[in-house]
Amino acid sequence: MAKVLVVTSGKGGVGKTTSTAALGAALAQMGQSVVVIDFDVGLRNLDLVMGAERRVVFDLINVVQGVAKLPQALIRDKRLENLWLLPASQTRDKDALTEEGVKRVIDDLKTKFDWILCDSPAGIERGATLAMRYADEAIIVTNPEVSSVRDSDRIIGMLDSKTARAERGERVEKHLLVTRYDAGRAARGEMLSIDDILEILATPLLGIVPESQDVLRASNVGCPVTLNAASSAPARAYTDAVRRLMGEAVEMTVPVERKGLMDRLLRRRAA
Amino acid sequence: MMNVMRLFGGRAASAPVARERLQILLSHERGRTGAPDLLEMLRSEILSVVSKHIDVDPDKVVVRMDRGKFVSMLEVDIEVPNGVQRSKMVAAT
Repeated sequence: MAKVLVVTSGKGGVGKTTSTAALGAALAQMGQSVVVIDFDVGLRNLDLVMGAERRVVFDLINVVQGVAKLPQALIRDKRLENLWLLPASQTRDKDALTEEGVKRVIDDLKTKFDWILCDSPAGIERGATLAMRYADEAIIVTNPEVSSVRDSDRIIGMLDSKTARAERGERVEKHLLVTRYDAGRAARGEMLSIDDILEILATPLLGIVPESQDVLRASNVGCPVTLNAASSAPARAYTDAVRRLMGEAVEMTVPVERKGLMDRLLRRRAA
Repeated sequence: MMNVMRLFGGRAASAPVARERLQILLSHERGRTGAPDLLEMLRSEILSVVSKHIDVDPDKVVVRMDRGKFVSMLEVDIEVPNGVQRSKMVAAT
């Protein structure tokens, strides 16, 4: 049975697209068939983060409007044969998407894939509401920072009221993914802790992705971090998150600061 | 070690402030989308009653609810400046 998952956050720049690419790739690496859909019409980026930007011919809007057939718009990943991308349009605006059209596309994808990951645009407008509309589960990407936590709270409220499941009286299962977590700053009390965030948002934790150079490097070269640096801390965090999504019990560890002699010396000098 | 470093840094941890501010803000915002917000209603009614008698800054009236397992605590925090003026409404009557 196919699962529709929305990756959302409210706030921009917290790591939705990076996380969608990493989670999609991690699922595919575990043998699942996966399609990732970019809902950010007009500002698409999932193609770029996945290194498929030069292979986009047709997009989600073309399919919704019947200009192209679904198989024409789907792009197969170069590295993983069971990972596919449905890109957003770069030239059209978000009003070109309709609720019925999105439903048709998702229903069609459900017959072909195990997982459908919808990468939501930032904000709470049409693009974001359509991305979450038909979701069975939601991943809320949050940074340990006040504005991100506030926006996540708002999005959680929308998941509980504005989705097709909520309107049928069912629940969208929610998971919290904390990204850009800096263990050192959290230990010094400069950053909201995981416990603070969990207490405020009251949503089960799916994973903690540490702040890391590897994530930026992966975006730079257009390769999901779980493929580009499979043994790095962020890649392991995404892989563990995916195993939890698949029902495995994986122990959650809060990242701790690894301090070498050089770090200490540098920090002392910086202070 | 942490405390020593904080001494050197000379700055207090800001995360507890962030946490407190968020909790207050979200308790106000949560009700707004769904049912009428009980806390916001209480806050505005308490404010109107108190300001009949004392001049208070509306921003300095904080009403919050801490939900416990068995009982919840309703906390009303009103800052009153020293040498307070009695409200003009009372003075006029």
